[in-house]
Amino acid sequence: MCPPLQSIPFKISFLALAALLTLGTAQAETGKLLLTGGVSTIDGAAGGGLTPWAVIAGPGSAGEIGATVHVTRVKTTDYGLTAYGAAIGIQDKYELSIARQDFNTGITGQLLGLPGLHLRQTIIGGKIKIAGDAVLDSDSLMPQIAVGIEFKSLDDSGLDPTLSALGAKKKGIDVYISATKLFLAQGILVNTTLRATKANQNGLLGFGATLGGANNNYRLQPEISVAKLLAKNIAVGVEYRRMPNNLQVAGNAAGLGDGLRAQDWKDVFIAWAPSKNLSLTLAYVDLGTIVPATTAKRRQTGTYLSVQAAF
Amino acid sequence: MKKILSTLLFVGSALLSHNAMADDSLYQAFGQKQGLVALMDDFVPRLIADARMKPFFEKANQANLKTQLVEQLCQVAGGPCAYKGGDMKTVHSNMDITKGNFNALVEVLQLSMDAQKIPFGVQNRMLAVLAPMNRDIITVK
Repeated sequence: MCPPLQSIPFKISFLALAALLTLGTAQAETGKLLLTGGVSTIDGAAGGGLTPWAVIAGPGSAGEIGATVHVTRVKTTDYGLTAYGAAIGIQDKYELSIARQDFNTGITGQLLGLPGLHLRQTIIGGKIKIAGDAVLDSDSLMPQIAVGIEFKSLDDSGLDPTLSALGAKKKGIDVYISATKLFLAQGILVNTTLRATKANQNGLLGFGATLGGANNNYRLQPEISVAKLLAKNIAVGVEYRRMPNNLQVAGNAAGLGDGLRAQDWKDVFIAWAPSKNLSLTLAYVDLGTIVPATTAKRRQTGTYLSVQAAF
Repeated sequence: MKKILSTLLFVGSALLSHNAMADDSLYQAFGQKQGLVALMDDFVPRLIADARMKPFFEKANQANLKTQLVEQLCQVAGGPCAYKGGDMKTVHSNMDITKGNFNALVEVLQLSMDAQKIPFGVQNRMLAVLAPMNRDIITVK
């Protein structure tokens, strides 16, 4: 298979943006406290690794503008995912993000007669903080609350006829509401997100499904992160993200049994911010089964490494 | 989902009520009056040396500022002191203070607490009783 020509200009402009920001932007002088802007999710929004939080990207505080760029690599039993993107936080209230994901289908592509198949999608996100302060309101239970939206769009690929047969679309919109609270005295951060989505495997296998009477409606999915600050620049935590399973019924109708069954995503992570401008996140992820039909039902567990630069 | 939320609320209430417990353990953990004086002896010069904080504190009477900060921290930490300075709202009302400025002060305080070898968990308990003052201190919302 040819390399993804259409993603090359995006990569170049991304690198140019990163270089520009590195060279040309003065460090925010005041800003947020370390790690209180979260890290970059694989979808580009600020949050944990797999799930967005109500925090706004970047080191900027009220009245300031901040930005982040990130690169994330996930390697599971049978698959690989590279994600990279950028986010801008404005006034610590508005957030705009863009992310690009490249999923290497490995053995599944081979068995589908599509060796070297990569699934790629672009995610454009927006988030607005609507209430609260996750960090400073330490005498109240009131969390910081934000609402967000993610526009996801899959590139054309050899999988298109299959997605079409299953009745899955190539574009989808997720909307979510997140509540984030740092229990400051204990150094414990809790985030809960409720997401309305049709995305199959986060959109990498399209959105919804109709074959065999599969549920093609939006589903409300809870996502939870709990983190403990071990030092002002180190946090450890766990995440749980419930996933829709719309493809299982469609896969069954296509004669695959439960070969397209999706399961919930989980991870255990450690994040370290050596400075206000850099954070590294290492995680062990368990993404459940992803196309178990071609992977002997193996659970997709593995490592997650993400680097974020902030300005 | 309902169950998860109510569990979280319960855990949250437990965390807060511990925080609000009236005792002097935080005062003790900071080394009583002596520890707080040592902390402020470190903190006040750091504030004035910090380019972000200098404009707010360079004209202040340092000795007076130290005394008032010791009294204030002693009181909020449950110690046997009475802060006799002005209330936070009045004291800051004629200054332009952003949330970024407030956070910068927290960072300087964290550096001082690190320098005084105050454990991270104890630092956070102090920050948790100081942080709500942001509502009176931040004037540029």
